[in-house]
This record gives sequence, C-alpha cells and structure tokens, in this order.
Amino acid sequence: MVSSLVRARRGPQLRRVAAVVLTAIAVGSVAALTAGPAVAQSATETVSGRLAFEGEGVEGVRVVVESTDDGAVLEAVSGPDGSWLVELPGPGAYRIELDASTLPEGVGLRDPDNPAREVRVFENSTSAVVFALGEPQVQTSDTPRRLLQSSVNGLKFGLIIAMTAIGLSLIFGTTGLVNFAHGDLVTVGAFLAYFLNVTLGLPLLIAAPLAIAAGGALAGGLDRQVWRPLRAQRTGLIAMLVVSIGLSFVLRHVVLLFFGGSRQSYTDFGLQTALEFGLVRVQPVELWVMGLSVAALVAVGLMLNRTKLGTSMRAVADNRDLAESSGIDVQRVILAVWVLGGGLTAAGGIFLGLIESVDYLMGFRLLLLMFAGVILGGLGSAYGAMVGGVIVGFVSEFSTVWFSSQIKYVWALLVLIVILLVRPQGILGRRERFG
Amino acid sequence: MIETLFFDALRSAIGPTAASYALLAVGLNLHFGYTGLLNFGQVGYMLVGAYGLSITVAVFGGPLWLGLIVGMLAAVVLSIILGAPTLRLRADYLAITTIAASEILRFLVRNTGSDDLTGSVFGLRQFAGEFYDWSPFAPGEYLGPLGFNANRMWVTLVGWGLVAALSAMVWTLMRSPWGRVLRSIREDEDAARSLGKNVFLYKMQSLIIGGVIGAIGGMVFVLALQNVTPDMFLPQVTFFAFAIMILGGTSTVLGPTAGAVLFWFLLTGLQSGIRGVVDAGVIPGITGGQVVGAVSLIAVGLLLMLLMVFRPQGILGDREELRLDVS
Amino acid sequence: MSPDATVPAGLAGVAHEPGVAKPDPILVVDGLRRAFGGVRAVDVDHLEIPRGLITGLIGPNGAGKTTLFNLLTGFDRPDEGEWTFDGRSAAGVPAYRVARDGMVRTFQLTKALSRMTVLENLMLGASQQRGEHILRALLPWGWRTQEAEVRDRAEGLLARFKLDHMRDQFAGTLSGGQRKLLEMARALMVEPSLVMLDEPMAGVNPALTQSLLGHVKDLRDVEGRSVVFVEHDMDVVFDISDWVVCLAEGRVIAEGPPASIGANPAVIDAYLGATHDHSALREERRRRQAARGDA
Repeated sequence: MVSSLVRARRGPQLRRVAAVVLTAIAVGSVAALTAGPAVAQSATETVSGRLAFEGEGVEGVRVVVESTDDGAVLEAVSGPDGSWLVELPGPGAYRIELDASTLPEGVGLRDPDNPAREVRVFENSTSAVVFALGEPQVQTSDTPRRLLQSSVNGLKFGLIIAMTAIGLSLIFGTTGLVNFAHGDLVTVGAFLAYFLNVTLGLPLLIAAPLAIAAGGALAGGLDRQVWRPLRAQRTGLIAMLVVSIGLSFVLRHVVLLFFGGSRQSYTDFGLQTALEFGLVRVQPVELWVMGLSVAALVAVGLMLNRTKLGTSMRAVADNRDLAESSGIDVQRVILAVWVLGGGLTAAGGIFLGLIESVDYLMGFRLLLLMFAGVILGGLGSAYGAMVGGVIVGFVSEFSTVWFSSQIKYVWALLVLIVILLVRPQGILGRRERFG
Repeated sequence: MIETLFFDALRSAIGPTAASYALLAVGLNLHFGYTGLLNFGQVGYMLVGAYGLSITVAVFGGPLWLGLIVGMLAAVVLSIILGAPTLRLRADYLAITTIAASEILRFLVRNTGSDDLTGSVFGLRQFAGEFYDWSPFAPGEYLGPLGFNANRMWVTLVGWGLVAALSAMVWTLMRSPWGRVLRSIREDEDAARSLGKNVFLYKMQSLIIGGVIGAIGGMVFVLALQNVTPDMFLPQVTFFAFAIMILGGTSTVLGPTAGAVLFWFLLTGLQSGIRGVVDAGVIPGITGGQVVGAVSLIAVGLLLMLLMVFRPQGILGDREELRLDVS
Repeated sequence: MSPDATVPAGLAGVAHEPGVAKPDPILVVDGLRRAFGGVRAVDVDHLEIPRGLITGLIGPNGAGKTTLFNLLTGFDRPDEGEWTFDGRSAAGVPAYRVARDGMVRTFQLTKALSRMTVLENLMLGASQQRGEHILRALLPWGWRTQEAEVRDRAEGLLARFKLDHMRDQFAGTLSGGQRKLLEMARALMVEPSLVMLDEPMAGVNPALTQSLLGHVKDLRDVEGRSVVFVEHDMDVVFDISDWVVCLAEGRVIAEGPPASIGANPAVIDAYLGATHDHSALREERRRRQAARGDA
C-alpha cells in the first residue's frame, strides 16, 4: 500500500496540477490582501456583537469574556441598540458567555444549551460573536418532551449529514479515495452562499442555488484538475489521502483568509417564531431544511436507481473494472459523481448555516460525523451514507437528553469505533470487500 | 528586517516546539514510514501524554516521574483501544478512527464536565516546577541574538536529547530482525503472514511504540509552555507532523529531525515575513494576525500536496526506493 | 507421457477416484465449503494430499483452486469444513500459525517485498528468530549469532536458485521469473513440510521454466518435502506430478496419477467439452497469460 506511495513517472499533467493550485492561491491571496475583511477598526483586539430580538436591540444583557489562555475575566453590558464590545488584553483564545439570567422577560437564547462561544482572536482584529435570541425555550426536565425535541433535531442534523456524506461515499466507491477535503467543500459551499447573500446582497433564495451550482462546479474542477491527473499517474491511495489533507488545509484557510474566523449568519430567515407541534417546537426554516433535504435524498435515490447515469455510478462503485469493460466511460462517471457530491455537499453546508451558523471550521467538524455515517452505513454505498448519516445525527442529538451537549459529537464518533469492532463492513456493506 | 526574520526563524527551528514536533514525527515515521500504518491522530497521543503528565502532577500532586509514566501508559492504552478494531482492516479505517479518536479526546478534556480533572477550556498549569528545578542552567540570557532564557535552554536540551535518543532507538530497532518484519508488513502484509509472522502483533507493537514517542513529544511541548489547554491539540498538529516527516524523508532515521528544523524555520520565517509586510503597511488597509495564521496554514497545505506529488522522498529519502512498485 | 507410467510406490493400489483415501496423507480435508455471494467457490467433500510427493491441482478458470489454497492456509475463512495438517486440526488457525506449523504457500501474483533487498526477503523467512522479539531486538548481541546463521542459510538458497548476483538489489527490480524463484526460496527459509505453490510457472519465460521445474522436483527428491501446486500448463503438470487432483466449480471431479487424468472424460469435459488434445489446454493457458500480462 505505502509501497505504491507515488510512482516516479509523471507527465505534464502533474505540472498542471501544481500550476492550477498555485494560481488559485496567488489569486486568492491577492484578493484577500486587497479586499479582505480582516481590517481592524482600532489598533487593539476586541470582541463585539449585537443582541437583537425581532429586529430590536436588547439592552442590559451581561456578556462575560474569559481568556482561555490565562483565565483573565472581562465583561460588558449591551447598550440601547443591543451592541456590546469588549477590548481584549491581546490576541489569544477566549470563551464568551452570555449571562442568560440578564435577558429580559420573554427573550431567550435560541440554543439555550450553548450560552458560550469560543473564539480565537488574532492580532489587531475584531471578532464578531453572534448569540441568536428568540422566544425562550422552556427548560424542562420532562424527558418525553426532550426526547421528541431531540428526535426532531436529530432528524434535521442527520439529514444534513446524509446529504453531505453521499458524495464522500460515492467518491470512495468509484475512485477508492477517502476524501479528507470533503468537509471543507461543505464550508466552501456555505461561504459561497454567504458571499452572494451577505456581501453582494442577493436574497438567499437566489444565492443558494447559485452556490450549490458553484459547489458542484468546484468539485468537478478539482476532479479534472487534481484528482484525474493523479489517477492517471497511478498515484498510490495513501499518497492521495495525504494530498486530500493538504487540499483541505488550503480550502479551509482560504475561507478563513476571506471571511475571518468568527461565526456568521445569513441575512435571511434569521429570526423566526417557532411553530408548536404538540410537545415540540420547530422553526419554519427548519421545516423547510428538512423537507428540502428529504426531497434531495429521494431525488438522488431515484437518480441512482432509474437513470442511466445513476446505474453507471453504482456499477462503477460496485466493480470498476467490470464497469469499464462493459463500455461505461468511467472517467465521465467519476466526474459526474464529484459534481453531484459537490452540489449536495454545498447544499448541506447552506442548510447547516441556516439552522446554526457558518464558520470556517464547520465542514471539518461535520467531516468526522460524515465518516461515522459512511462507515456505519457501509463505505462506498450511497444508500448506506443516507441511513448512516441520519443515524449519526440521531445519536448525537439524543445524547443531549442525558449528557452535556458539549460532547454530543463524542457519541457519534464512538458509534464509529463500535461499528468497526462488530461489523466493519457497515449496515449495508458486503463482507466480501474485506476478504 | 531580514535579520529579524532570520533570527525569528532560527529561534523557532532549534526551539522546544520543533523538538516536540520532531518527536511526533519520529513516532509517525515508525507508524507510516516503516509499518505502513496511517495514523491521522498522532495529536491524540500528544494529548494523552500531556494531560497524563499534567493531571498527575497538577491535580493529584504526584511527582514528575509518575506523571511521565502515566502519560506513556495512557498512550499504550490508547493504542490498544484504537488498534484492536482497526489493525485488521484497510489502512484508511485506521486513519479515520485515529483522527476521530483524537477529536473525541479533545472534546472530552475541554468539556465543562471534566473541569475538576482537566480544567476544561482553561486547561492546567503548575506541573512543570519540578522539571525546571533540575535545570543546570543559571539564570541569564543564552545563545546571543536568539535570547534563550535558562528555562528555555533546559527544555530545549532535554527535547533534542530525547529526539536523539529515540531516533537512535528507532535506528537500532529498524536494523534488527524486528524492523525487518515491520518493513515486510509495509510492503505486503500477506507475504509477511505467509512466512509465519504475526502481523497484528507487530502492527500493534509499532502503534504502541510510535504512540508513546508521540506522547513524549506532547510532554515536552507542554513542559516548554508550562501550561496545557485542549486547543493546543487540534487535528492540524498531526498534519504538521506529517508534513515534517515527508519533508525530511519518510522511512529515514534522520528525516523527522531534519524535517522539523526545516519546517519550523520556513514556517516561522514565512509568518515573520508576512507580519513584517502587514505591519509595514505596504498594502494599505491590511492588518491582522488572522492573515498570518491563514496564509501559513495554506502554505502547509500546499507543502503537503506538492511534496506528495513531486518529491515524496523528501530531502533525505531515496528516490529509487520509492520508484519501486509492489503489487 | 505413456499411459503405463508408474505410480509412485506410496500410492500403489490407490483407486483413481475423487476423495480416495491414501496411505499416509499430510493433509486431509472434510466437508469444506466457501461461497461468494451465493456462488459456491469451494465445495470439497473429502480430499487427501499424499506425504512426500508432488500433487498437481488443476481445473479450469474459476474452479476454486486459489480459494482452496486461501482456505487451507488460513488466508480466508470457510463457511464450514474441517481439515487436519500432519494429524492436527488446522481449521480456524490464523495464517501465520499455519505457516509456522509447516504449511507455507506462495502467491499467484508474486509478493516480492519490493523495497527490501533480495537477501532481506529471504532472511525474513527464517522462523524463530530471536531478534524478531521487540525487547531482544534492542540488544543486538542477543541475536547477532543467529542472524549470521540465517544469512548463511539465505545465501546458500540464493546460490542454489541462482539469485546470488542480485542479493543486494531491491526485490522490486527483479523480473517476473526471478520473483517466482525468490518467492520459492523465501518459502523454503521457513523449513516447511508442505509447500503450496500457486501457479509457480505463470508468466515465467521458457528459459527459466526448466530450472524452476528442477527446483520443484528437488523439494521432493532432495529435501523430502510434500508439494501441492496449481498449474495450467498440462505438460508441466504431467511432467512433475506424482498425483493430480482436478477441481471444477469448487468440487473435486477427478483424482489419479497424471496418465489417468489426461484421459479422464470428466476432466476433459470440465475443460473444453470433448477435445482430447492437450493443445486446447495449452491454448487456455496462453489466453490466461495474455490476460495477466494486460493487468
């Protein structure tokens, strides 16, 4: 395996890989240096934010800032327009907590389990911290209610994982590559929409489809310009894994360079009144996200089953040599898999940004859950990715009924380790792959 | 300015951080370079070493030697937990499991519920006193323009001393029949099996030894900083170590050391250069350490990609050796 | 080959029929089954491999020969079945133990350890090396003497297999035929009592074939080992085998000395319907080799 680390022969194609990557970076860096948002208003480091409920600023709320590096504590109280600002002693890691007891009657955190944010503040920069406010959620020890609520949350989160994981699984199935840059395609998709929506001011309903198309195009471009040349050189799989790690670093930090390190939100659908369905509360946007995710998954399922392209994809994932000898244009199918996977991944990123927020690490956090979902379902199978993704979402949200939500991902990742112990081929995988 | 940049880079290249990363890479090289194990969670070993030491000393008031032993034992336990399910499977399963485990560990130590034990996001301090009590260096400035103080001299000496000792150990092991079995597993584990070698056992031994070396790297790292916080152990640390190993030369004994020195020289030089450019206001409207952080991480990503494609043998490796193709 | 070719003494009087018992078997297989996705790859009711002789295993493509090798040597697990090696049950024994117990295999696609030298490839094969233990490995004086002995033995084998001029080259630089020689020599380093050779002649150029054949015969005649080998070239099979077993669709369909097998209607049916000429079998072999060359 390692032995085929990299073969020696290489043609002009690989030079092209380097040229493309370097050009992209050069363009990206120049753009960021000239137009980037990393412009400080003052010479020191600050964190700030604005607390708003139904468009109105919320005054008199206490925000506590603790330095993660040396434990120093600072605080601020929001002004009449709801804005608050804390001047920091220097760059470093900080934990910013909103004191929920100082919120006025009838206003609560949208996510009461997470009253704190952690940010890394760089030299001479301002970090914006978002605390989304909404109608207070009744904190209840009522287990049935919390179980119901977390199943809704789990479904919502799981559908997003499923959507993003399909591409990961199909790419593995068709090319053998475990793409560690897949999470960062989520981030890039979310930020493409953020750029169109927030920076350019397009409505999200227009920005999102454009971003999804761009996400698919980006993934297809990566296949054509990076992965296909590497496959043509018969680069070893392990070398490809390391290349995908390098690519993920590049993508993630280009986003950091352009958009900064703090959590951001889209301008649309930010503040909505939750709908009550018996014991559970759901915001309309969350319902839309779930509905569209289900629609996308069903569409992909139909596509894989009913169309020629879809059956080709499954054929290539199943047995590449056989597919090739039966006349399928494997490289084209692989390209289609990347485009499809990239588009779904971008959509997942936008959905995640809608129900939570966008930040440059969002995709990497999701990647590990995607891995858990894909391995649980069966590496290489699209349906497995769907089933596994949803289960992983459920597991992590259900855990919050009994355990701290800070460690909800831990349970999902433990599922990964347990499944490898008892059934490494996954729920829908076949044992033969492990002969 | 060039002089500042050079000394910044040199200070970092020979400092304790570079030594810690060299240790991570020595362990990783045993895993990846010699055995073919794809460990994407080396930072998890670093974490258990660092926390094993600091919890023993700072929370339970144990002596330093006990902390060192606890840190290393933690790495052994972690290897067994990770290796048992994955060492019989394809290489990428180990990669996924190890990176997931390293994140699980980070989430767990930073969780408020573990506050009493790990200090959650605030971490722990006051565990390095005994270590510095042993320092033979009198207070003062050392190494001229590099301006190392006595404590830094001591931890630097210990760090590179460990790099030398453990590299020598790896060298001895790899020249033994044991090392021959390891390399045969890297080449083709079925062939090793067909000749009567217990492949699982050797992989486990390799995972444990490389992991313990990583844990030692973690201990040096936090002893130098005299504090430990969860976010020192982000997944990117593992990939810095990968870049170091590949840069220096995978499956070479001196590769990790040469790679660590060169990597930190280049990275710090780059960061110092960007900071200089930004501070000088050459490009109007640009400030912020965020740019420095982002650009240097982009550079590491590019380094990994380009090295892997164009110079997989690094600076010390043998091109001819890599040219050979199995299977 | 004349139909009256003598049957080796050990097998005199043994009936020429599938699953027949032999006087002193080294390997006895019972009820061994392995299916892949519903297709029975191996389905052997009873099979005995004679000790100290060369047994040829033949059968058309997909007959289950390699799968049978994988099962018997612990590289794959059967759905059901029992077998004993040298009188001890070997079912469920992991591959490395099977090798240590004395049943050593080679592979259809050779597994040369490319980035190790030819000498290292051989030295790896030696059993019970003190320096392979992690703690003793750190103390070279504890294993140096044994290492020198292993090296001597490896060099002896290299000379015998005429690979001594390549000893310090990476195994990845060897030709296909040299790799086959290397693999056989490496297997001998384990001192096996039963050598399982999976297509030892495949892809080997004709000039080397004779020397390889000589080596296989030496395993029996000089060293007294038992040999099972898979081969498609019927001339080779009939030349060196003492006994031939024919598999088709996972089952043993015929057994007997080479002379009886060549004329066995079941065997001929299994291969190519009703062609009595060996040339058809040779054609089959050429086709396979061409296919392998493409891969």
